[in-house]
Amino acid sequence: MTLKIEDVRNIAQLARLQIDDADIEQYATDLSSILALAEQMNAVDTTNVTPMAHPLDATQRLRPDEVTETNQRDKFQAIAPDVKNGLYRVPRVIE
Amino acid sequence: MTRSITQIQQGLADGQFSSVEITQEYLTKIGSFNDTINCFITITDELALQQAQAADAIIAAGKARPLTGVPLAHKDIFCTDGVKTSCASKILDNFIAPYDATVIEKFNQAGAVMLGKTNMDEFAMGSSNENSYYGPVANPWDFERVPGGSSGGSAAAVAARLAPAATGTDTGGSIRQPAALCGISGIKPTYGRVSRYGMIAFASSLDQGGALAQSAQDCAILLQTMAGFDARDSTSIDTPVPDYSAHINQDIKGLKIGLPEEYFGEGLDADVARVIGTAIEAYRKLGAEIVDIKLPNLKLSIPVYYVVACAECSSNLSRFDGVRFGHRCADPIDLEDLYKRSRGEGFGDEVKRRIMIGTYALSAGYYDAYYLKAQQLRRLIKQDYEKAFAEVDVIACPVTPEVAFKHGDKSDDPVSMYLQDIYTIALNLAGLPGMSIPAGFSQGMPVGLQLIANYFEESRLLNFAHQYQQVTDWHLQVPELK
Repeated sequence: MTLKIEDVRNIAQLARLQIDDADIEQYATDLSSILALAEQMNAVDTTNVTPMAHPLDATQRLRPDEVTETNQRDKFQAIAPDVKNGLYRVPRVIE
Repeated sequence: MTRSITQIQQGLADGQFSSVEITQEYLTKIGSFNDTINCFITITDELALQQAQAADAIIAAGKARPLTGVPLAHKDIFCTDGVKTSCASKILDNFIAPYDATVIEKFNQAGAVMLGKTNMDEFAMGSSNENSYYGPVANPWDFERVPGGSSGGSAAAVAARLAPAATGTDTGGSIRQPAALCGISGIKPTYGRVSRYGMIAFASSLDQGGALAQSAQDCAILLQTMAGFDARDSTSIDTPVPDYSAHINQDIKGLKIGLPEEYFGEGLDADVARVIGTAIEAYRKLGAEIVDIKLPNLKLSIPVYYVVACAECSSNLSRFDGVRFGHRCADPIDLEDLYKRSRGEGFGDEVKRRIMIGTYALSAGYYDAYYLKAQQLRRLIKQDYEKAFAEVDVIACPVTPEVAFKHGDKSDDPVSMYLQDIYTIALNLAGLPGMSIPAGFSQGMPVGLQLIANYFEESRLLNFAHQYQQVTDWHLQVPELK
């Protein structure tokens, strides 16, 4: 799989990553060579092999739906880039 | 200044020195050499001395716990309440963690002193510690060479004896490879053995915390504090923690060591192979039986790993959005611009490459061909180990194909860097525990021997490593710092 400039732009958009135009070509080359490496997987037939999601095939534990955390809003918001009245601020999204 | 954890514990108990004295000694040494080695991102000198003072009071009161007053360094991937936790990324350069990782909490409860936070590859993505926002780390054996990665700062700090021991994490070899290249001992426990809570996630199905130290004996002491079930980590395994030091002296006579032929083939440096061969001979003399085994799917582990790890990282790193914490770009024009520029400015090249590979592999129409295929192959890799452990007790092999390379040698070609991980990543895909121990030198640089055991057999690994360290002194070799 060889990625074109346009493919890299699309992937970067999906990943919400700003990539400088000057760097796109290098990314296309590097990502293509990584995908070529990934394609070595096709050498092995995996029909009927169950995908492995957890090394010990463990499943997610459940716990009672109880409040276990205390409210630490002030502490958490102290490290936020922009807060006002206890709310996180971002550029306007609704006109 | 080459005291082991055991010697520090003894010295504190006997009153040979106080925790404040020994902590100050390490801080002074860090002050002298960190500019050159660059193994610490943050030196927590004030906090360390406060903790040491408190430890001395506890020792004086006769209430010492196992690690009371023992100085340690922590990889900057573990969240530390009130202390900068950067993961070596610009995006977290201003991040003061608001809570402690479980591992940190456990060391605090055990009374340990934190010297600082160690350098690493950004978000643990790398094998050379060259992908750090804070600059590369020098290998204490030769400053022109890399220390390995991603726990390169922890490995270099311990090798240079700027810290008696350190924590690390291992997603594809990030404890074992730097331990090998820096000539120290490192253990990567079974997946689920050490809590991942507060350990900044890279690839959640592979990440595991562990220890880097001067010997297997010290690794056992650290792991004893780190290991255990944690309800706050959904993949933590609820199984009892054995006494890791209890069986360390057991005889290994008659136990079987498997040598996988795939680990000794093409690509392995001939002189590294010689060192590993000598180490295997030492085990034979200790009475172990050496048998040949096969792990036929080893070669698939690199493509499988880079699909699984990148896919999981693209998902995990979506949390860094410039909204709630971390770097935010200046004057965003809208929300999308805020996301894209904050992330574009905050992440380094390797992190961006992996996020994009993962995004692509998980995108509509490609999931089956990449992620699902990789998860299927992962099972085949695991089955190889299952077959092997039906025959042998421990697997022995090299950690890396060659000794530490020079800065810049592989940084232009991501794939050639990835191939460095050939001997370490299959174990993460299977979730098994592994160790690296110093086994000799090639071209004046340390060579590591890798030991792999079955699930939850960390005690066996530590036993095998300790027995080797009773008849060799490679682990006692220290680089001369100038």
